Amino acid sequence: MSFISYLINGISLGSIYALIALGYTMVYGIAKMLNFAHGDIIMIGGYTIFVVMNTLGMPPILGVLVAVVVCTILGVTIEKIAYKPLRQASPLAVLITAIGVSYLLQNVALLIFGANTKLFTSVVSIPAISLADGQINLSGETTVTIVVSVVIMVGLMLFIRKSKTGQAMLAVSEDKGAAELMGINVNATIAVTFAIGSALAAIAGALLCSAYPTLTPYTGAMPGIKAFVAAVFGGIGSIPGAFIGGILLGVIENLSKAYISSQMADAIVFAVLIVVLLVKPTGILGKKISEKV
Amino acid sequence: MAMLEVKDLEVHYGVIKAIKGISFEVNQGEVIALIGANGAGKTTILHTVTGLIPSSKGTITFEGNDITRMPGHKIVYLGMAHVPEGRRVFSQLTVLQNLKMGAYTRKDKKEIEDTLKMVYQKFPRLEERKNQTAGTLSGGEQQMLAMGRALMSHPKIILMDEPSMGLSPIFVEEIFNIIREISKSGTTVLLVEQNAKKALSIANRAYVLETGKIALQGDADVLMNDESVKKAYLGE
Repeated sequence: MSFISYLINGISLGSIYALIALGYTMVYGIAKMLNFAHGDIIMIGGYTIFVVMNTLGMPPILGVLVAVVVCTILGVTIEKIAYKPLRQASPLAVLITAIGVSYLLQNVALLIFGANTKLFTSVVSIPAISLADGQINLSGETTVTIVVSVVIMVGLMLFIRKSKTGQAMLAVSEDKGAAELMGINVNATIAVTFAIGSALAAIAGALLCSAYPTLTPYTGAMPGIKAFVAAVFGGIGSIPGAFIGGILLGVIENLSKAYISSQMADAIVFAVLIVVLLVKPTGILGKKISEKV
Repeated sequence: MAMLEVKDLEVHYGVIKAIKGISFEVNQGEVIALIGANGAGKTTILHTVTGLIPSSKGTITFEGNDITRMPGHKIVYLGMAHVPEGRRVFSQLTVLQNLKMGAYTRKDKKEIEDTLKMVYQKFPRLEERKNQTAGTLSGGEQQMLAMGRALMSHPKIILMDEPSMGLSPIFVEEIFNIIREISKSGTTVLLVEQNAKKALSIANRAYVLETGKIALQGDADVLMNDESVKKAYLGE
């Protein structure tokens, strides 16, 4: 029975990775860049909720909403100031800029909030669920995380399939020039992608900090890296891939912690990534890159 | 006044001047051909007109609007469609999704449906394959899809870049018949072609480009009988 508990908690952790990975994979698919500052947006989301709830004494739901708004604006602003001027530059220049933005965000948070760990109050207030005569215990955070992630995933798929903006995103991800010739505003579409990714990061931040209630300027760094691994694992550029990659990563991490060694868990996660990439370099759902001349 | 007017256009790639001050015009209802060898600058001109490449000098006017500095996606809304070189269909989307993408600038669902029917009438093969992903089509079919996609925006003028490139003779014949039809139905056509003979056979007027400059211009049937054109471009 404890196996099922570990599994469900792994799925919950994995759902958070999946939400973050969606941002990575969408931005990669459309702007063809790795936004390494994405993880730090989570941390900014966490601090925003902390300020709204603890300093201003507002209810948690308001904290999450404000965090979504702050992170969305921040993501779009970063894209406009740091990445957009580099649209024609080499991918390496963009990558280095993204790493620079990541350090900038961490240090700004350090300057404002200091290095001390802040104790985060969970935004989830629903009670824990007890199943199978108390042998499986699910915290409110676990349940909410899984439900929220599934809802967001389904919503995102529908948005891309049905909405005009979603179709524009598909077109831009395949051929920016041809998309422009269809009348699609490519820059606006990229900005929307950053907005969606950053909003998801804010929600991921709320869930992550609720499940692991400590907050430092480096809170987003490791989950960010792991979500990036999840995105590559699932096939970077693929939305269902990011979801599957995230869940798998969370499950592997949690089961490794439970049955092998909690110190070794991260090493095992990365080892699995290496094996997957050796066997299938494009990731689980990655598209084969074939170009027709 | 001409529908499309290009005046003293210059385009640079870095320090290299690719287009060295050219002027031409396209009138409502005409089929205009831009012909010339590889590297003469034909594709560059089309890309500059539709806003994909910035110009360094000169003006481009479309129906009285100065579009010289207008971003490409806005130009589409004015009624200009571009069938790019190499077709550039969205290979991972289906034929139908590609066609719908062509109607991105339009809102009226009923009108889009009507245009779709018209496109299927012109290209029955696209209807047969509407649920197939575009990447699985043959080169000729992709060319048809690219043309159909451009027609979906209901353009006043359609710019076509090397529509016959890499196609079998049967497809080339078919593509040129369709261009003739498009012109007959009232859409103005600006055609860039290496196949000068074919292009001149359907054009009203033509411009001959040589390394970024216009070397010759005139009525298509006059150019077809011009000795220098014959020698250089028609292989006679």
